Parts: sequence; structure tokens; C-alpha cells
Amino acid sequence: MWQRKRLVTGMAAALALLAVPLAKAETGPETVELDSLAKLYKPVSFNHSAHVEIAGGDCATCHHHTLGTGKIEPTCARCHAHSGAASAVACRDCHPAERFGAKYLQELAQDVNRYHRDKPGLKAAYHLRCLGCHRESGGPTGCQDCHAMTQAGEAFYRAGQYAPVPHAEGTEH
Amino acid sequence: MNKLNRRKFLKGGLLGGAAALTMSRKAAASESFEGYPDSMGVLVDLTRCIGCRTCEAACNHEQNLPAPDKPFNDYSVFDERGPEGQKRRTTEKAYTVVNRYDTEKGPVFRKFQCNHCQEPTCLTACFVNAYTKTPEGAVIYNPKVCVGCRTCMVACPFYVPAYSYSSATNPVVKKCIMCYDTRLKFGRPPACVEACPQEVMTFGKRKDLIKLGHERIRNNPGKYIDHLYGETEVGGTSWMYLSGVDFNQVGFDTTLGNQPILANVKEFLAMVPMVLTIWPALFTGFHLLATRKEAAKEEQNKNEKGVKP
Repeated sequence: MWQRKRLVTGMAAALALLAVPLAKAETGPETVELDSLAKLYKPVSFNHSAHVEIAGGDCATCHHHTLGTGKIEPTCARCHAHSGAASAVACRDCHPAERFGAKYLQELAQDVNRYHRDKPGLKAAYHLRCLGCHRESGGPTGCQDCHAMTQAGEAFYRAGQYAPVPHAEGTEH
Repeated sequence: MNKLNRRKFLKGGLLGGAAALTMSRKAAASESFEGYPDSMGVLVDLTRCIGCRTCEAACNHEQNLPAPDKPFNDYSVFDERGPEGQKRRTTEKAYTVVNRYDTEKGPVFRKFQCNHCQEPTCLTACFVNAYTKTPEGAVIYNPKVCVGCRTCMVACPFYVPAYSYSSATNPVVKKCIMCYDTRLKFGRPPACVEACPQEVMTFGKRKDLIKLGHERIRNNPGKYIDHLYGETEVGGTSWMYLSGVDFNQVGFDTTLGNQPILANVKEFLAMVPMVLTIWPALFTGFHLLATRKEAAKEEQNKNEKGVKP
């Protein structure tokens, strides 16, 4: 009896030890700092775990088929139904930061057999995916709801301290 | 022989005339310019635009335009209306503007700028040849030769060129040049394309963008209207559009037809040199021929009168 109890506890403990890294691998990091493009806006501190919960644990909602899990869109399934997990996980691993740069355009022009010719750049991949969902599900959609504007951003948008001085009424005539 | 009566003869003549007419039409069409083969273009996907006005800000900086009246993150501009209730248009201070249209599918935002026609009417209309359609696809202009006649503003089917009314000494036409000087001629995309967070605009060779546009329609059933605006309109434009709602609901003129505006005036313009050069000579000739006898007669009369006083 005592032995059996011990065995069960031991097994449970072993399982628990195993389960921790497993669970971590399945849900990914807690937060992701999206900072590679930050210029006009500050980096986004993306709460990954909260979004895993929102997506109901279906990684494919954002990661397409590349984690080898979840449901695959029918169009993608034609080729990727059994392709398994890819080595690339982060958005930037596939979506080019300079979508219209000479280098990428040349790459596209030379690789005539490439199927994914209409793949959004990194900035668009973020915004299309995030905003697409946020607009559908009533999430925040304002620019500064996700990332605060930097000083460079204020100068660019002529906002804040760089805002145009409005014409005082009555002084013009 | 007797079977060829007057009626049949007339019929035959009419048919022959019609055939000659269609043949000349075809000949005229084959002369039309299909555009530079490797020219660049931009595909605008209206379903992606969220109306953030980042493209307007990018344009302002790239083109060194004067400060706007309101910050670029002020969205009250979408409610601004002109004196006749029209939405915002391009001005000397803004070569591109985004407008909001309330449609059955909710608000749709549309960026407005020069469409860079394959056969630009502004270019044809300009009598000082200020305009150039570059092999890269941009319709640019030389403000140094512009005399400010504004004929291009009248000629443009999209009402794009604006005028620097604020300049008292040297008012000239102002419009989007697809960032030709600073970017396009070095193979880089226009500033607005690069700045857009949603990749509403795709930059590439025009012929590739046409394929890409139709592919996007095919891969997303029900999302788009099955039409690529600018593929054929007024002979084709370098900027083309995809939309989820009818194009006339979002400020596009769908009555322009597929012929370059130039085609409407080509025949007339071909007549101008003929009228100006051949007609005077021809009719002077006729006049001289017709009056030759009278002149001779008069001369004769004079001589006769002279002979017997």
C-alpha cells in the first residue's frame, strides 16, 4: 500500500517534471518583444500567453501550419497537410522586413517557380494578422493602443509637440 | 448586267465604306501604345486600408511639402467637405489624400493620388511638353517649363493635378510623381508604399501586378469585386485597385471606358495639320482655277477696250 502510494506520487512528480517543459513548448514564450521595426512607435510588448488563451490553444491561428499543430486552412492543406513543424517559428523568419527592397524583388524575379509570391512583408504580417483579428473580435484597434508613439513618430505625423499651430480665428481677416 | 440596279449599287457602296471604316479603326488601334514593358506599378488593395493616413505623412516628408493644417493622426479630416459637398482632393500641399466612404460593407478607405496613366492625357494636353511618361512608369513634369495654363488639370480624367494658387509670382501645377526623383529611378518603391503598415500597396512590375491582382481575387472568393480598376481604364494606369465593394461606391469613375482619352481626339488632332497646311493651298488652287477664266476674260476685255478706244 505504502509502496504503491509512493510509486504513484513518484510517477506524478516525474510526469509533472516532464509536463512543465512540454507545456512551455506548446504555449511558447510568455511575452515577445516586437522591436525589430520600432522607429515611429515604441516596441510592442506582446503578451503571447494571453493570446494563446484567446486563440484557444490553436497555434495555427497565427503561425499557419509551421508548428505542425492545429487546424490548417483548406488552401494551405493542399500542400502542407503533412509537412509537420517547420524550423521557422517567428514571423520575421519568413516575412521579409524589406518587402519591396531591391534584394527581395530580385529574388522573386529570379525564382519563377515560387508559389508564395504574394507574401506580406514583416510589418504587414504583424498588422494584417493582429488588426484583422482585433477588428473582427472587438479588440483594440487604435495605433497607440498597442504601441506608443516615439518622438520621431510625433515629428513624422506632425503630432504632439510638432503639431501645426492652428490659425487663430478672427486674426486672418 | 441589268441586275445591278441603283439600289444594289448603293448597298454595295455602303458596305464597302463600312469595311473601309472598320479597317481604319483597327489600324488606329494597333498604333496605340501598350506601355513600357518593364514599367513599375502599384496595386492598391482597398480591403486592407484602415485609414491611418501614414501614407499622407510619408508623402509630405518625402516631397518636402509644407506643414499640413491638421496633424496626420487627426481623423476628423474624413468628415471635411468642399463647398459642393465633395470629399478631400489632392492639393499643392498634399499629393495624396485618404478618404472614407460609408458603404454597405461598412467604412471603406481609399487613397487618392495620380494614377500614372499608360497614355496620360495631361501629357497630350500640355502644349509646352512639360510632362514625361518615364520607362519606369511615372508621369513626371518639369515645373521649369510649366507656364501655368492648367490645361492638364482640365484634361485629367481623375482630376489629379493641383495648382499652386498660393504662389503669386510663379504658380505651377503640382502632383504625385511616384517619388521618381528620390526613389523610383533608383528602383525603390514610393514613400507611401513603404510606410503603409497594412501593405495596402504592392509595388512591382505592372505586368506582374495584374497577375497578382487576379490571383488575389481568385484565392479569396467573395472578398473582391472581380475587376482590377486601372488594368484597362483609359488605356491602363500604373496604379491599379482591388475593392470589396463596387468601385463607383468608393469614388471611382466607372464610366471612363477603356480607350485612352487621347483616342477620342486622335482623329481630330491628325486633321489639324491637314486643315492648317493642305486646305489653304488646295482651296487657293481651286480659287485660282475657278477665277482663272474670269481673270483671262477681264484681261481680254481690257485689252479689247484698249484696242478700240
